[in-house]
Amino acid sequence: MGESQENDALPKNKPSTEQDISDELDLRIKKYLRGEGANLEVLKDKKLKSQLAVKEELYGKSAKVAAKAEKWLMPSEGGYLEAEGIEKTWRFKQEAIAREVDISSSRNQYDIVLPELGPYTLDFTSSGRYMAVGGRKGHLGIVDMINLSLIREFQVRETVRDVAFLHNELFFAAAQKKYPYIYNREGTELHCLKEHGPVLRLQFLENHFLLATINKLGQLRYQDVTMGTMVGNFRTGRTNVMQVNPYNGVVSLGHSGGTVTMWKPTSSSPLVKMLCHHGPVSALAFHSNGHLMATAGKDKKVKLWDLRKFEVLQTFPGHANTLDFSQKGLLAWGNNSLVQVLRDVSGTQNYSKYMTHSMVKGYQIGKLVFRPYEDVLGIGHSMGWSSILIPGAGEPNFDSWVANPFETSKQRREKEIRSLLDKLPPETIMLDPSKIGTVKPKNQKKTKQEKEAEIEAALEAAKGIKLKNKTKGRNKPGKRMQKKQEAIARVKRPYLEQKIQEEENISRKKQKTSEAVELPKSLQRFARKKAS
Amino acid sequence: MKVKVISRSVDEFTRERSQDLQRVFRNYDPGLRPQEKAVEYVRALNAVKLDKIFARPFIGALDGHVDAVSCMAKNPSQLKGIFSGSMDGDIRLWDLAARRTVCQFPGHQGAVRGLTASTDGHILVSCGTDCTIRLWNVPITSLMESDDSTKSTIEPASVYVWKNAFWGVDHQWDGEHFATAGAQVDVWNHNRSQPINSFEWGSDTVISVRFNPGEPNLLATSASDRSIILYDLRMASPVRKMIMMTKTNSISWNPMEPINFTAANEDGNCYSYDTRKLDEAKCVHKDHVSAVMDIDYSPTGREFVTGSYDRTVRLFQFNGGHSKEIYHTKRMQRVFCVKFSGDGSYVISGSDDTNLRLWKAKASEQLGVILPRERKKHEYHEAIKKRYKHLPEVSRIAKHRHLPRPIYKASKLMHVMADAKRKKEEKRKAHSAPGSITTQPLRRRRIIKEVE
Repeated sequence: MGESQENDALPKNKPSTEQDISDELDLRIKKYLRGEGANLEVLKDKKLKSQLAVKEELYGKSAKVAAKAEKWLMPSEGGYLEAEGIEKTWRFKQEAIAREVDISSSRNQYDIVLPELGPYTLDFTSSGRYMAVGGRKGHLGIVDMINLSLIREFQVRETVRDVAFLHNELFFAAAQKKYPYIYNREGTELHCLKEHGPVLRLQFLENHFLLATINKLGQLRYQDVTMGTMVGNFRTGRTNVMQVNPYNGVVSLGHSGGTVTMWKPTSSSPLVKMLCHHGPVSALAFHSNGHLMATAGKDKKVKLWDLRKFEVLQTFPGHANTLDFSQKGLLAWGNNSLVQVLRDVSGTQNYSKYMTHSMVKGYQIGKLVFRPYEDVLGIGHSMGWSSILIPGAGEPNFDSWVANPFETSKQRREKEIRSLLDKLPPETIMLDPSKIGTVKPKNQKKTKQEKEAEIEAALEAAKGIKLKNKTKGRNKPGKRMQKKQEAIARVKRPYLEQKIQEEENISRKKQKTSEAVELPKSLQRFARKKAS
Repeated sequence: MKVKVISRSVDEFTRERSQDLQRVFRNYDPGLRPQEKAVEYVRALNAVKLDKIFARPFIGALDGHVDAVSCMAKNPSQLKGIFSGSMDGDIRLWDLAARRTVCQFPGHQGAVRGLTASTDGHILVSCGTDCTIRLWNVPITSLMESDDSTKSTIEPASVYVWKNAFWGVDHQWDGEHFATAGAQVDVWNHNRSQPINSFEWGSDTVISVRFNPGEPNLLATSASDRSIILYDLRMASPVRKMIMMTKTNSISWNPMEPINFTAANEDGNCYSYDTRKLDEAKCVHKDHVSAVMDIDYSPTGREFVTGSYDRTVRLFQFNGGHSKEIYHTKRMQRVFCVKFSGDGSYVISGSDDTNLRLWKAKASEQLGVILPRERKKHEYHEAIKKRYKHLPEVSRIAKHRHLPRPIYKASKLMHVMADAKRKKEEKRKAHSAPGSITTQPLRRRRIIKEVE
């Protein structure tokens, strides 16, 4: 990249402050570069190479401009909580924070106690302006979070298991006793989605306009809410742990066997099936960058996974009923009446304790949701819902064209049209969405020597395996020898099968050609064609 | 303890008065826009589809002639004026904006074969099969006034009678010479009734002549003995000659790169040549299924328009092997002449069905006043189309054109024929001694020889 070369060329003996500033700028530029540039060295086509070089330079420049423009475009700074001396950030109580912050922020700390209508679940719109609440006993409501006014509340006199906003605050879906329903802001029932059955969890995929549901029979269904068509219907196994990965739109389910499966609407088998816990999975959450997944199991473990390698990064002991990642990457973890928030201090995906908050004894936390663009955590529990301040959780600068908390109705209408024009087809849901718009590489056939080398290497690896010492009787040299040979045979097997397959293909081809060459060529056109 | 939380007061983020503009805040962080690549791809796809929906290139037909339109000439000093001559000897000046005849010249006895206007736009030169060259004073005021009542008729300023019928005429850029094509190439002055110079190489009829826009004394001609000849007015003899396998009907110089010209050939292809290197074409522009009758470059030099005997008009990139656009209507017959408008945004075609037709040079371009926001949107669409043009779905939609049935079938047939020929050649090559048969690229194959 032209950018980095330029920076390398700068003199090294700069004053330290200047160096710091340029380092910070580099870091910010990296964010806008969206990954590394193409490797142009391998290209043979000179023309293409120069064209791409120009393009790469432009990308670098635009990233630099965007990074520099941050100063003016994004004036607000994020929240923070810092401890001084021997203080620890997780010892600070919410009351102490409330005393320090301004009045309008401290209004975001409250508890709504509604003991009769039982455990509550919450959902925020993508701008964080509106909140939908659903009480187990049929209490539904929408709250405007800026002036804290109740827009509408109503009773459906049925079990409500989950609520989810659709693309804006005008519509929301509620999973009720027998079917999910779609209501508008006034509480009018618009649709009853009978095909979905008794739904346990609901999620809305905003870019695709898909409503994903999982019902009591373990069926995962995708419905396009614009056209009403059912896009997918797959049998998965009963579970009520479902979460959409916001990075690629893949739906993940946590199962009672400890596995997590990931689904897309265009295939009936899961994209990924990974064993995460020795026990039922109780909660799932995804970081917005798409690389990080948090899972909680009944085996008293909370694990952080790297989704690029499907490896565990960190394991924490403890139960969790619900997990959620904030926009800035804080992980909230709720269990019984305790909320814990973890933070990645160094930016190396090494999470450590940041804040804790304990509710009144006996409150059972059912759902934790961070409010987008705010330092607020919404808690749905058995006695109502609450809200606490978590400094540094939200993105301080919003984009008016992406999600605007101060949206007027005219802007909302405009945005609805625009997002409908940009509606993504369900095929764009895949594990790596950056693959879209790229060209498939040619699959090159391996040469004979390469194949042989590969087999050789595999055999060497199989021979090199050290066998464990077994109990008496199973450790005889003969048995060990036999085991070794079995391992070698196992390695050889796929290659042999492949070879047999190839030979079969060749012989079939030969047979075909030999059938055709029964007659001399000059007479072939007189031959009667076989009835096929 | 140091603590700060995000707090936004509503006043800061909303407008004060109802007349104010809504405040806009931007954050270009890629993290806020998940799946941006997919979104961009969908937008590119939509942009290409929109292009197809808005592709309405035909603007109107200019009706007036009573016989086939044989030639046209642009008026270099006026954007909306165009001259056309027909097979019955009629010459007309058209107002393209109003789409009507402004002035009708009495014309020739036989067919008008060539029209050209002087660079200042005051004098129109016409020639025809009645062996005369006529010079006309162009009525400039009538275009300005453009009222319906006056359909003035004008007498020719001068008439020069010569020995043979004429096939074409072209005026020198920034000079007062013009050249005619007939039995030989004659160079004339405005004020003399006899040619000041005559060139001849071979004995066949010269069918088209075109002056170089950069070097005023250089001209290219094509003759019915399948040759393309370059002349220099300052020299007594021709400069260069090249013979192709088929006849060249018309020639057009690239106005931005005046060393290059493109020849419209009888075999349905156009061949771009570099004057310095005539033994090989720079590019072969294929797609027409019948003889290409006329060619004209856009003033930008990036594209050119061709009219063909197969009743279509096609637009090519100056370096593109295939046409990027095809224009046809049910009523349009064989096209004899085409011209790009002086601003490069329109194309005019004259055809056998006595009409001139006005087309947009970009089929889906929005006409009229474009607001800045609209323009920005168009630019954005162009950029994403360019970015995703190689993806199969996008390129499929962008390339698809509806063709009239005969042309579709003919092009298919030509494809089959070319394929068979290629296969035959390959087989012959495979079965002969190595090196005994060499295949020439198409750029060279159609050229017989180059003479200096």
